[in-house]
Amino acid sequence: MDYVIIGNSAAGIGAVEGIRSVDRVGKIALFSREPYPAYSRPLISYYLSGKVAPETMYYRDPDFYLRLQVEASLGREVQALKLEDKTIELSTGDKVPFDRLLIATGGKPITPPIPGREYSGVSTFLTWDDAKDLGEELFPGIKVVVIGAGLIGLKATEALVKREATVTVAELSNRILSAILDEDSARIVQTHLEEQGVKFQLNNTVAEILGEEGKVTGVRLQNGEELECDRVILAIGVRPNLDLVRDTELKFNQGILVNSHMATSVDDVFAAGDVSEGYDKIYQENRVLPILPNAYKQGFTAGVNMAGGSSEFQGGFAMNAIGFFDLPMLTAGIIKPTTPGFQEYIRLDPGKQSYKKIVLRAGKLVGYIALNTVDRAGILTGLMDQEVDVTPFQEHLLKEDFGYIHFPKELRSQRLSLRK
Amino acid sequence: MKRVYAREEVCMGCKLCEVYCATAHSEYPLDLVKAFLKQKMKPLPRILVEYNLSISFALQCRHCDEAPCTKACITGAMQKDSVTGIVSNDERRCVGCWTCILVCPFGAIGRDNQGHKVASKCDLCSNVADQTDTESFSNVPVCVQNCPNRALQFMDSVVEGEE
Ligand SMILES: Cc1cc2nc3c(=O)[nH]c(=O)nc-3n(C[C@H](O)[C@H](O)[C@H](O)COP(=O)(O)OP(=O)(O)OC[C@H]3O[C@@H](n4cnc5c(N)ncnc54)[C@H](O)[C@@H]3O)c2cc1C
Ligand code: SF4
Ligand code: SF4
Repeated sequence: MDYVIIGNSAAGIGAVEGIRSVDRVGKIALFSREPYPAYSRPLISYYLSGKVAPETMYYRDPDFYLRLQVEASLGREVQALKLEDKTIELSTGDKVPFDRLLIATGGKPITPPIPGREYSGVSTFLTWDDAKDLGEELFPGIKVVVIGAGLIGLKATEALVKREATVTVAELSNRILSAILDEDSARIVQTHLEEQGVKFQLNNTVAEILGEEGKVTGVRLQNGEELECDRVILAIGVRPNLDLVRDTELKFNQGILVNSHMATSVDDVFAAGDVSEGYDKIYQENRVLPILPNAYKQGFTAGVNMAGGSSEFQGGFAMNAIGFFDLPMLTAGIIKPTTPGFQEYIRLDPGKQSYKKIVLRAGKLVGYIALNTVDRAGILTGLMDQEVDVTPFQEHLLKEDFGYIHFPKELRSQRLSLRK
Repeated sequence: MKRVYAREEVCMGCKLCEVYCATAHSEYPLDLVKAFLKQKMKPLPRILVEYNLSISFALQCRHCDEAPCTKACITGAMQKDSVTGIVSNDERRCVGCWTCILVCPFGAIGRDNQGHKVASKCDLCSNVADQTDTESFSNVPVCVQNCPNRALQFMDSVVEGEE
């Protein structure tokens, strides 16, 4: 069996491990545009701030490809898919045949048509190379405007501040981190970032990037205000990288459509990770879930099935672990319902900068925010994942020390396999 | 594989398991007094006794077959050993992002915030055994050895479907 994997990140690596859990001998050819052995994409902001050294950026040990017998072509771009001939075409023109193909090309940055975005000094923040390039240009006091107060924009901001940059973040929404926090929790995090010197422009965005001689000099905001700056980072969001897919018969919506085996609409072709649209068990529909745990698991599932095993992706849901300047937060699922049928419960402790919120639907937990009160929050994630009816113990869910002790005895014994 | 199972009817809530676990994972694994007196950072247990007025039981990593923490780890630091089945964290690579805490359904991972931030969890005393060259650790974890009322048992899986 000849396997071809396009993409060398969480989903691609998951697929290698999935294939090898079933098939020890089949030939695996893996292609990646980026020249590096698989590295951890979330670590690029740690790299920029200096917290992680180059040698600890890697997602697997140095022997990984050898040990799992993978022919890794790093720094080689795939240019086209010829699905009817069961081959892929490289940018060099070479053709590579496959029996089973995995598309794990991840995400690409959304670049809105802001005038001036072609100036030098305007960049996105998605790859190790992005972080390296940015890092080389920094100097104490450099002024940076970050467009977008999402996870990526704010992780970049934190690293820049640690490198002594002066950062202003412009965000169209009324709050920062709007995908994972509600207003009250977002305000706590915003204040915390402001205390580190970050400035925010909410309900506002960059209307135009200003420049001279091809280089950024500032931005003009939607409200007319102008800010001087040396760099602009576009961090509005990421969307599935469908470049290879558009000219094929593969069905896609936001991302490539896959079933629970991670198989696409074309036989022998699979997709996983940020490029795909898998099942979200909280929203109960297919959605792009651009987070690393999801990419790995989908990749692994795809790999097992490609190799003739049988594995089902049970469905994921949005979940994030993130923190800024020692203020950690864990969030999952629906954190701010906009339709009826949900109950929300909140415990706020402003003195401790802590905020906990749970969201229930029909007796089940469907989302939570745990800001600066993260210990053991995974128990909540587990209750969501296993769709447990939490009604019998829901009054305990918000407690700081919520644990298995609050479970009904039956459920606890079953989960912990407690002995008599 | 062998795991630690708790018997809540027998547990007295004395938390000696926490004390011995913290010691075993300190700079002085064999010396409780030194561990608590000499180490600059407070020794942290990787086992937690949950208790209320009527019941108590100890809980630590279940070394899951399909370990969610290893799949979610953003750096690759959290790994399951394919031979022993032990799930452990390579603390040099861990960056303390707490993604593993987000996904561990047992709440079995702690935060060690005292130096370089790392996720701290039960390794069934495997690293302690390596460091101290004392076989007793690898045979039976210290929490089990030191439970005065035998509320902790180290045994092969009794759960159907678990390996
Ligand atoms: C700054 C930042 C911080 C993040 N932090 C977190 C976090 O804390 N937690 C979390 O869960 N997620 C985080 N994410 C998201 C996470 O990185 C992604 O969900 C994850 O990397 C997705 O993995 P993937 O394998 O699907 O794709 P990607 O990581 O996007 O990798 C795509 C791969 O495809 C290759 N490729 C693409 N096109 C081609 C082509 N034409 N030919 C050959 N190769 C190609 C690329 O070289 C790359 O190897 C973060 C992302 C960023 C940018
Ligand atoms: S840390 Fe939690 S998720 Fe990981 S193996 Fe242990 S019990 Fe399972
Ligand atoms: S805290 Fe450490 S072990 Fe846990 S997910 Fe993050 S890097 Fe991995």
